[in-house]
Amino acid sequence: MAAPYDLDDDSVVVIIGTGAGGGTLANELAQKGIDVVALEAGARHLPADYINDEWASFGQLAWTDMRTTSGSWRVAKDFANLPAWIVKAVGGSTVHWAGASLRIQDHEFRAKTEYGDVPGANLLDWPVTLQELEPYYAKAEDKMGVTRTNGIPGLPGNNNFKVMKAGADKMGYKECHSGRMAINSEPRDDRASCRQLGFCFQGCKMGAKWSTAYTEIPKGEATGKLEVREQAHVLKIEHDANGKVSGVLYQDADGNQQLQKARVVCVAGNSIESPRLLLNSSSSMFPDGLANSSGQVGRNYMRHMTGSVYAVFEEPVHMYRGTTMAGIISDESRFDPSRGFVGGFEMETLSLGVPFMAAFLNPGGWGREFTSAMDSYENMAGMWLVGEDMPQESNGVTLSDAKDQFGLPVANVNFDDHPNDVAMRNYAYKKGMELYDSIGATQTYPTPPYPSTHNLGTNRMSADPSLGVVNAFGQSHDIDNLFVSDGSQFTTGASENPTLTIVTLAIRQADYIADAMKSKSI
Amino acid sequence: MVGTNNNQTIEFVRRQVPEAGKMTRRQLLKRGLGISGSLMLGNGFLAASNAAWALETRALSPGAMATLVQMARDIYPHDRFGDELYAVAVKGHDARAAEDADYKAMIESGIASLDEMARANGHESYVGAGWETDRVAILEAISGEAFFQTVRGGLVVSLYNQHEVWSILGYEGSSFEKGGYLQRGFDDVNWL
Repeated sequence: MAAPYDLDDDSVVVIIGTGAGGGTLANELAQKGIDVVALEAGARHLPADYINDEWASFGQLAWTDMRTTSGSWRVAKDFANLPAWIVKAVGGSTVHWAGASLRIQDHEFRAKTEYGDVPGANLLDWPVTLQELEPYYAKAEDKMGVTRTNGIPGLPGNNNFKVMKAGADKMGYKECHSGRMAINSEPRDDRASCRQLGFCFQGCKMGAKWSTAYTEIPKGEATGKLEVREQAHVLKIEHDANGKVSGVLYQDADGNQQLQKARVVCVAGNSIESPRLLLNSSSSMFPDGLANSSGQVGRNYMRHMTGSVYAVFEEPVHMYRGTTMAGIISDESRFDPSRGFVGGFEMETLSLGVPFMAAFLNPGGWGREFTSAMDSYENMAGMWLVGEDMPQESNGVTLSDAKDQFGLPVANVNFDDHPNDVAMRNYAYKKGMELYDSIGATQTYPTPPYPSTHNLGTNRMSADPSLGVVNAFGQSHDIDNLFVSDGSQFTTGASENPTLTIVTLAIRQADYIADAMKSKSI
Repeated sequence: MVGTNNNQTIEFVRRQVPEAGKMTRRQLLKRGLGISGSLMLGNGFLAASNAAWALETRALSPGAMATLVQMARDIYPHDRFGDELYAVAVKGHDARAAEDADYKAMIESGIASLDEMARANGHESYVGAGWETDRVAILEAISGEAFFQTVRGGLVVSLYNQHEVWSILGYEGSSFEKGGYLQRGFDDVNWL
């Protein structure tokens, strides 16, 4: 049973958020015998509750608290109050993610060195290397049951994959398979195998897809060293006269404010809420927000270069049958500036149901061109293009004039594409359309980016404290007992889906925190 | 605040969809009115000429609802969709107009301007313009206005979230209760 901790217990590690970073860290620390209180803004939904219905599930799981947007990205026009499509629930966005689990490539950890000077980009090398992370990647892959690692077979390819694979072969792409997925292809870790439901984004009702909601969290709770407080919405991180963080103020499920004291605080609220919380926690000692002596909190927001290509064929595809992300082509994820841009991109199958296709195919679109696409839904295949976008100082999270339900400034997310992002997207669209055309597509639709699912970089890692917010272990440069444990640590975005790396960093961070607590350095 | 399409879309997710979702064909009043015409207008309700379906209105006139139904079809023209799917999709505007006088005024003045523009182009009314192209030209002229954006934004959810629409478009929806697609054609493409 979950351990109950007293609000005045100042020996606990408080983790804010229970997604890929926070949920993993909570379990890892609890397994080491460390007392953990995890504060989760959302409620607890488990596979039995998940809904095979896109809008109903969105209502159940999505973070729809007020946010604002600015900048030239199209999301600011079409989805002004929904910059990101992420989850507010125990398990965070691991409930919603598709499961793609790819290691960041060696050269991508050294983006500044490898890519050189890219005007307007605030590139920086990570303060950690692939070699240092490899043992932790291996642990993460084992923990998550990633297919094509640890002897776990790949998932069978569905219709959408078969179409993409046929096109990949025509195009001469060599690295195309059904993915490295944290989805059980056979029963593992007391979880069932995938039955190809087609609702990965809506929470996996089979529990076949790894999510902290029903893996890390209950395992941590079973140790008696982890208490998860649900619907505990964090308002502010407090500090003492010495500038150490000392507790976390939150509103509980009953609407009462509580202050949980803490020895260590780890922020894992995703790349929009985490910097917002640090900025909202400003004080007379830290007038620009916590951990922000560099001025980098909230900056360098990355969302991956994304886009989709949907293609219509003469015959039915039924792309929605089976895993949402059913396969990948990695040939384009290499570094090859001869294509007109630095960084690379992955091509991954993606499908949306009719409700979300209507919402996302061409937001704001109407008329016969739009309905012609919808009428062809049954014969449609689709892929998502996901690549490295450039960090830019002006992209990011600031405090908005708008207030949330607690009276606190909400996050404003500002974003402009970098010219490199635009060049990569145009190239990727072209390749995706060529691929489908090569096997007889009658129409192709280059579909604009959705509200962000990969939110990165707003509390980035840096070797030099003046250039970033946290060190190589996610420990803030300014405050020893304040950590960042989510994707906001990413120094650069790389071309891979970020969850595996977030989990990897959390496992490594747990070792570091445990050692530091033991040696009393925090 | 930032009042945009999306605001409306998200609101519709919460407010309108449950209502649209609950509206089954059975709940649409069936009235046998055997008079010809594309859409038959009664007193407080709107019916198909073949009496396959009918819709009670609360705040908006049947004529206004008939215009909304035609407008919905012109925005998202699916020739395989019956009018009842569009009627269900715009029903929420009537419900909201019944509770919100400003909203009712916005919808009614929008419809009035559609008719006015149609008359200026030599048609009897918006609905009376025979070719879709002529009606779409009117919609394009007002596409930046709140009335159009409200109707279009709402339709994205209220039309495309109907299960009957899904089956026409070949989308099978929830699969868990059927054991997923593992044994139901997840990899049955055979034309490649």
